[in-house]
Amino acid sequence: MLGKIWAVFQKDLLIELRTKDSLNAMLFFGIVVLVVFNFALESTRDTIRQAVPGVLWVAFVFSGTLGLNRMFASEKENSCLQGLLMVPMDRGIIYLGKTLAAAVFMLIAEGVIFVFSLVFFNLTVWAEIPYLILVFFIGTLGFTAVGTLLSAIAVNTRMREVLLPLILFPVVLPILVNAVEATGIILNTADYRALKLPLTIMTTFTIVFATLAYLLFDFVLED
Amino acid sequence: MDQSRHKLFDSVLGGLLLIGMVVALYMAFLGAPREQTMGDLQRIFYFHVPSGMMGLAAFIVNCYASLMYLIKKDRKWDSLALSAAEVGVVFFTIVLVTGPIWAKPVWFVWWTWSPRLTSSLVLWMLYLAYMLVRNYVPDPERRAMMSAVFAIVAIVDAPIVFFSIRWWRDMHPSAMLETGGLSPAMWPAFLTCIAAFLILLIYLIRRRYFLESARLEAERLARLADLAR
Amino acid sequence: MIEVRGLAKYFGRFSALRDLHISVPQGQFIALFGRNGAGKTTFLRILAGLSRPSAGAVLVHSAKPGSQGAREVIGYLSHNTALYLDLTALENLRFYARLLDLPALGADLEDRIARVGLAGRAREPVRNYSRGMQQRLAIARAFLHDPGVLLLDEPFTGLDREGTEFLQNYLSESRARNKTCLMAIHDAPLGYALSDRLVVIERGVVALDLPRQSVTLDEFQGRYRALTEER
Repeated sequence: MLGKIWAVFQKDLLIELRTKDSLNAMLFFGIVVLVVFNFALESTRDTIRQAVPGVLWVAFVFSGTLGLNRMFASEKENSCLQGLLMVPMDRGIIYLGKTLAAAVFMLIAEGVIFVFSLVFFNLTVWAEIPYLILVFFIGTLGFTAVGTLLSAIAVNTRMREVLLPLILFPVVLPILVNAVEATGIILNTADYRALKLPLTIMTTFTIVFATLAYLLFDFVLED
Repeated sequence: MDQSRHKLFDSVLGGLLLIGMVVALYMAFLGAPREQTMGDLQRIFYFHVPSGMMGLAAFIVNCYASLMYLIKKDRKWDSLALSAAEVGVVFFTIVLVTGPIWAKPVWFVWWTWSPRLTSSLVLWMLYLAYMLVRNYVPDPERRAMMSAVFAIVAIVDAPIVFFSIRWWRDMHPSAMLETGGLSPAMWPAFLTCIAAFLILLIYLIRRRYFLESARLEAERLARLADLAR
Repeated sequence: MIEVRGLAKYFGRFSALRDLHISVPQGQFIALFGRNGAGKTTFLRILAGLSRPSAGAVLVHSAKPGSQGAREVIGYLSHNTALYLDLTALENLRFYARLLDLPALGADLEDRIARVGLAGRAREPVRNYSRGMQQRLAIARAFLHDPGVLLLDEPFTGLDREGTEFLQNYLSESRARNKTCLMAIHDAPLGYALSDRLVVIERGVVALDLPRQSVTLDEFQGRYRALTEER
């Protein structure tokens, strides 16, 4: 089973590396968000470090949503999903493979966006980096765990991809709140012990929703 | 129960509702004592909180019905889920409207970002998202399936949302505390309002459910008519 | 073998299938005829497990369609190729071979690609293929696991000459190997030639069901025309 999940993941990765459709859009959009916020926050230039966690995660979430939209849009072309559904395997495998792929794309985009934010907002971070990576990683996993399921729902509606942010954002609010708080704790205080609670909530969220989505995925694909 | 017995039950329920609401209004505005610090404004509490409770109750009914639909695949569960969702939206809207009305005179802001108010907002948005999903899936069976899945995601999400907001509030405390305390003299009014709103909840869900059942029946008859061609 | 009892499928007010009964013994080749919108595609999709019936019972090799057991024996070929345009033919097949737990030996897959006449172009992205070429590859993909039950929805429509030849050979081979086949088809002479049994679906039910040997092509076409024209 792990091999098949890996196969689905690899396939999406391969397509993306070849076309770079998603990644380009995600990167560009994320960086545009940073630039817009720079202008929006100009008057608070001195205290901008306080706003950075929120700005970062807004950029991440917008960028991630773009990536999620592409996840199933590409399967709609030629009804590729139909071919996948005919394979005698647990359909949750499709879910897991795609979630992994979405998470990887989002993490790549986050890395680049983060580097740009260091430059734009004149931040210096060295000791904080391992902690930031941890928060980014868990937050992204949680986001894509729910996002992949909801993307599969959205793509089957008349509004298609436009629906995804509308139904996704209220649901991933816990991730957003905790991720922004955690990022803020890392960047603005050095109180790493305070990270325990937000990280726990985010991890719980991820595990709970990954399991739930795995079980519910079949219902979404049925016709 | 068949149609006529349903109609009878609903008529009785409707009568009870009318009486209940009149009593509740009396109790809230006249029967209950005047609150010390906020004065008559505090009376909004008797509608604000029961609405929130009923909204939550509707949410739970929706999720239960959605789960049953996924298991049984019977459309009547979907009808119940839809009815509960629509009624729930109404109750949460009341919460979101009465909240600012209460907040402005007391704390001079329209919105307090308190855990209760914010959670109500998020639940309200989840309900709306549920409606959006329903609105944009044309096929009825698929619509039932998709919205049921979303409803289950929503109910699993709700406690985590509430907890996260509570914790966030603890991190960033605000001076605006909502009163949770009720003096003993206020409880009769409070309980009466809860009872009246509960009857309202049941009544509205029932009426909406029967409307939806009628629509299902019309769909079935249209299919039969189509066959006869 | 395939058992269908009282199959109905509706989308809201619209009934695609009403009360379909059919029994297909192992090894039988059925040509499925019917007007557009008569329910052929819906029927095949339900058999494939891609669509859930609204009512009725369907069994494929004693398993419910869509179940693990059913999917192992079914190969479904529709008008959509289910090919990833940005991957090469080889990569497409290799992906499916991995999912199907088949030994993804490069040589074996290249052989299959050659058999559908795409040798030498196996390493090009499918996006560069013509429609006919894509369809040929789709055939290779759909039947990669050598299924015992073949479900085909208008497979010859838009297929080029090479592809038509290949598919006809493949179907003859399958017939010799006692595979079951349901094929929706428009071309009456071709369908007649390839099948054991002629079935017409009209307005959601089986309106005509004849062993091929009991009618000539002309007789069949006459009856089919009469059936679909009456109002």
